[in-house]
Amino acid sequence: MKGIWWKILAVVLILYSFIFGIKGDIPHLPILRETIRNLYFHVPMWFAMIVMMGASMIFGIKHLAEKDGSKSQLENDTKSVLFATTGLVFSTLGLLTGMLWAKFTWGAYWTNDPKLNGTAITILIYLAYFVLRGSVEDREKRAQISAVYNIFAFILMIVFIGILPRLTDSLHPGNGGNPAFGSYDLDNGMRAVFYPAVLGWILFGFWLTNVKIRLKRVAQTLDKKQERYYESIL
Amino acid sequence: MLQEITTLIKKDIKLDFRNRFSFFSILLYVLTTVYVAYLAFKQIDQVRVWNALYWIILIFGAIQMAIRSFANETRSRFWYTYQIVKPQSLILSKIIYNAIVLMLIALLTYGLISGLMGNLIKDQGMFLATILIGALGFSSILTMVAGIASHTDQNATLLAILSIPLLFPFIITLMKSTEFALLGLESGSGFLNLLALLMGLNVMVIVMAYLLFPYLWRE
Repeated sequence: MKGIWWKILAVVLILYSFIFGIKGDIPHLPILRETIRNLYFHVPMWFAMIVMMGASMIFGIKHLAEKDGSKSQLENDTKSVLFATTGLVFSTLGLLTGMLWAKFTWGAYWTNDPKLNGTAITILIYLAYFVLRGSVEDREKRAQISAVYNIFAFILMIVFIGILPRLTDSLHPGNGGNPAFGSYDLDNGMRAVFYPAVLGWILFGFWLTNVKIRLKRVAQTLDKKQERYYESIL
Repeated sequence: MLQEITTLIKKDIKLDFRNRFSFFSILLYVLTTVYVAYLAFKQIDQVRVWNALYWIILIFGAIQMAIRSFANETRSRFWYTYQIVKPQSLILSKIIYNAIVLMLIALLTYGLISGLMGNLIKDQGMFLATILIGALGFSSILTMVAGIASHTDQNATLLAILSIPLLFPFIITLMKSTEFALLGLESGSGFLNLLALLMGLNVMVIVMAYLLFPYLWRE
């Protein structure tokens, strides 16, 4: 994505969701009460995380599809791993906001809930992914192997998140006999804040990753310069 | 392709027959683990505990088994094999062979736990059907991840941390369906749905392994 417009859009949408998330009208529901506002902050994290992890997988596929990995200086591999780190940041934020919300509404920070288990395995998978990257020395080989694991893991993670709620009951809305938010209490007023928030955080995720990719490029160029300098004085 | 696979499986059987100690070490691993559990539990009379114990022992037994699948090969022999067969045949043969071994381990674990701590299963047929299908799923994920982990130095630890989260979809479905068998619930549509889900997962993982494995060896 080129230009600055989408970065401005991200900031505007997130600020909008902050302001209207805190000041806007909400339906008054028992138990949830004011904590329903957390919907604007907690749920977009998961959307953003899935998009970031998906982008990470797509760059993994791109890397494997390249005929010669060295041609692009492992550019796709760098992108893949940086998207995964951004995804992990979102999952941590989603987990924290979710735990607070759970404490207020369900009475405990952690429950045996399929969505929480799904989060746990996602975090475990991506931490394992970073450990895998750390334990291979050769850069080309590391890129190749971690791309394979990334694709394999992402698909299984999506399957897990998809099938699990059908097997066990959940405290989350829309599962195990609980009504979904969408059905009646997510009124149009809330929708008008929720969807922009989702889009805003996803754009913000891309921006964050973009900055990290550029920093990485700068670091690589500096490294090369330094190398050349050492070579010149030797 | 089919011929390559059968030849490779025969080769694996021969290799394991030659290093019998390595094969028996896994059976011994299961035996030891079950005995530890026996010393801790003595007698199990809760279905949930039985189910959990069975799967925990089987998962770690399966990981021990999977480590061997690539570590067993010497580097030079592996390169030789790689030159003459397609990588796809290699991964499929390993998956099939590991599935057979894992089925034996699953049956052994079942026999040992039932013998030492009591057999709580109401419907033996349902239980056996589940563990046999589960063995194929475990083997396909573990073989693929063992292929990934074999490229690193610390492959035993890495295999465990890389594969356990990926096994979750299987574990959760398998535990659900063995719970059906343990409780002896009517083997109606619920159980069959779970088996269908397991078969679907098996097919999906095997297709992914088939597509992705060639990239692991393209150096």
